[in-house]
Amino acid sequence: MQKLLILGGGTAGTMMANKLIKALNNEEWEITIVDKYRTHYYQPGFLFIPFGIYNRHDVEKPKSNFFPAGVKVIYNDVDKIEPEQNQVLLDDGRVLYYNILIIATGTKTAPEETPGLKDKLWMKDIFDFYTVEGACALQRKFKQWEGGKLVMAITELPYKCPVAPLEFVFLADDYFTKKGIRDKVDITLVTPLPGAFTKPVATKMLSDLLKDKNINVVSEFYIESIDNDNKKLVSYDAKEVPFDLLTIVPVNMGDAMIERSGLGDDLNFVPTNKHTLQSDAHQNIFVLGDASNIPTSKAGSVAHFASEILFDNIIDYIEGRPLSASFDGHANCYIETGFGKGALIDFNYETEPLPGTFPLPGIGPFGLLKNTKINHYGKIMFRWIYWHILLKGKELPIDADMSMAGKKRISF
Amino acid sequence: MTEKLIAGKTVQVNEEGYLTDASQWNKEIATEIAKELEIELTDKHFEVLNFLRDKNAAGEPLTIRKVGKSGIVDIKGFYDLFPGGPLKYSSKIAGIPKPVSCV
Repeated sequence: MQKLLILGGGTAGTMMANKLIKALNNEEWEITIVDKYRTHYYQPGFLFIPFGIYNRHDVEKPKSNFFPAGVKVIYNDVDKIEPEQNQVLLDDGRVLYYNILIIATGTKTAPEETPGLKDKLWMKDIFDFYTVEGACALQRKFKQWEGGKLVMAITELPYKCPVAPLEFVFLADDYFTKKGIRDKVDITLVTPLPGAFTKPVATKMLSDLLKDKNINVVSEFYIESIDNDNKKLVSYDAKEVPFDLLTIVPVNMGDAMIERSGLGDDLNFVPTNKHTLQSDAHQNIFVLGDASNIPTSKAGSVAHFASEILFDNIIDYIEGRPLSASFDGHANCYIETGFGKGALIDFNYETEPLPGTFPLPGIGPFGLLKNTKINHYGKIMFRWIYWHILLKGKELPIDADMSMAGKKRISF
Repeated sequence: MTEKLIAGKTVQVNEEGYLTDASQWNKEIATEIAKELEIELTDKHFEVLNFLRDKNAAGEPLTIRKVGKSGIVDIKGFYDLFPGGPLKYSSKIAGIPKPVSCV
């Protein structure tokens, strides 16, 4: 019996299990998935919790609902991978042998990496919304907050869902406007990037939107520490940003198990071929989703597009052929902009987000880099698509490879 | 892409003045680019520049954090050497491409 082992039963690992169980002969292949947690979170929904649009129960379901029959599931922490022996040690002492290993252990926040972050103001005046606990605590805080300096800060790149901090400030503008205290709330986005986003065309569009909504941007600010006594962010070059209420994206890191296994880079992400998704160090190890170091967004849409490529390459690998499928870094992100509207961006390694229509050229229904109501509905509908289609590994009518159809190249 | 005469040598640069061919780089070119950025290079600077060039040649993505863990300087020291934009300025002086922020 050949063994295919998947570490991590989140978005990426669950999609892969669902695709592979249908394709592999169950008399030849045994598929096992290992995860330490039993709850699957709809992570795009975390953003809506602070504003009371979603609550905890809207984003939680048992992982077991999404694992297909026929896949062996082990709920346990992993001690480490021993790639030379083709085996994984669980922390209860069990040893799992594999012929093929898929690492899908994702990324997690590491607030302890920033001095002063997990200090006396943590969860009192400083919150994150990348954990359900942080998002719920921030919802409670917002309900009774009477205004002041609201700062949304990014500590380090890369981080999960690169547009989320932008969406957060847009939704905060909406929330405090409707609450009638927008004039008492000063909103500032603090980023280590040179602007609101990395790519020029999208940055222009988003910067204009931020300006329209009276949201300040402090760019090229690389946080060294947080001064709890004086309530301010301090950068490595001794600049300061004061806050009354701070929402932060802590440093993102791969799982500590990756470090214990000696398989990660300085942030515990696994060096991975950005086209084949095979690990650089070991031919029978593949990496899907946020756990890899490939230079594209850490986002569910990327894991989804990449899963189609990885599926083809794993079949090639099993059948002894060269890996034929090549990932282009395709990412597709809805951006909530508040007041019932949204924008949409679609891009890959080579092509920055461009204006146009999506997915049908000239028709849409979604407008790329445009602020429209229909884009917002796309985001709202997506939760249903996520639970019922995406995780189950079913086809969506969007190609894994990014398409230029319906897009306009522009220059300034 | 254009040609530029730096320290007596003609090199290829992009529109932001970054060398497009790292092999055309030498210490005199580094000193000249640094001067434009009002930075006077010391041995410590060159240790950082060589680190960046090695990592770039190995195809490793460069970050401020990575330089901070290099054992040559910590992040604060890196800012002190290249004030205002340590990674973009040091990359320019090291004759390697401007690091792309991937998010």
